[in-house]
Amino acid sequence: MFIVENMRTAERTSHLDLVRDASLVWLASGVVGVSFGAIAVAGGLPVWVPVVMSLVVYAGSAQFSAVGVLLAGGGPLAAATTGLLLNTRTAAYSLAVAETLGQGRVARLLGAHLVTDETVAFALAQPDPVRRRTAFWVSGLGLYAVWNTGVLIGALAGDAIGDTARYGLDAAFPAVLVALVLPPLRQDAPVRRSALLGACLALALTPVAPAGVPVLLALAGLLAFGKGRTA
Amino acid sequence: MSATVAMILALAVGTYAFRLVGPALHGRIELPARIQELLSASAIVLLTALLATGALTEDGGFAGWARPTGVLVGAVLAWRKAPFVVVVLGAAGTAAVLRAVGVA
Repeated sequence: MFIVENMRTAERTSHLDLVRDASLVWLASGVVGVSFGAIAVAGGLPVWVPVVMSLVVYAGSAQFSAVGVLLAGGGPLAAATTGLLLNTRTAAYSLAVAETLGQGRVARLLGAHLVTDETVAFALAQPDPVRRRTAFWVSGLGLYAVWNTGVLIGALAGDAIGDTARYGLDAAFPAVLVALVLPPLRQDAPVRRSALLGACLALALTPVAPAGVPVLLALAGLLAFGKGRTA
Repeated sequence: MSATVAMILALAVGTYAFRLVGPALHGRIELPARIQELLSASAIVLLTALLATGALTEDGGFAGWARPTGVLVGAVLAWRKAPFVVVVLGAAGTAAVLRAVGVA
């Protein structure tokens, strides 16, 4: 009995940990969502465009790029292509977390829509499958709610929101990713080699390749993976 | 405005299709351990590339000093096993303070 109680408490505390860490990602994403809504409307798009887009596309970087292309006069085709190019990486993510989503049809169909950089990084940073699943769903559902609420607020507020770079938010996102990928990078030499080579490739290609392509081509870094751990 | 609707729909459907690749294939085909290992490695490779380009670049050029310095502070904190909150606030705070004193 005592042991069971103890385990329950431990489980609850660890879930609280997850919520505490995730809430920071939510907060930062919420503010970025506000700025997305505001930028879109300030640029001349009707309120429903950023709002509907966030609900059905639900991918921050792709939304910013698609709206950026639209506002720059690039046309809907170029906007959709840029966004899709940026989102190809979610296919690789979905393969990596397929087991984490759960077995049921609903869990898979719903979970797929919640696959983002943040939720995948959050899930993969957890030590065991159970915690990984909880982390995915907790961070994913929360992020969806916060992101879309943020976009709605921003779209309604429009120009009233200032430049979010003033609060250093643009540095918060890479830092979130650093905190989440550091444990696997530390432990696993083949992953570290691949990630470093991939990051160098992406950086080298960024000035010349269209948005989304450099990160995708970083996968060539896996050439440095070698035989991995199974060898 | 219907072209915008089509754009949003195409982007939504395409993105969802990408996201469905994993769940759709899972359980239908048995992936060898080697492939599974490469798949989880590829997620880390993508995330690392994203953080590197996100920290250093903006619209294909250098992002300025404030952001990478903030991220570097965050990375040092993370390396020293500081709590997640401290890492993220440290990075954002550093970039914000640098901008406030005039570093772009």
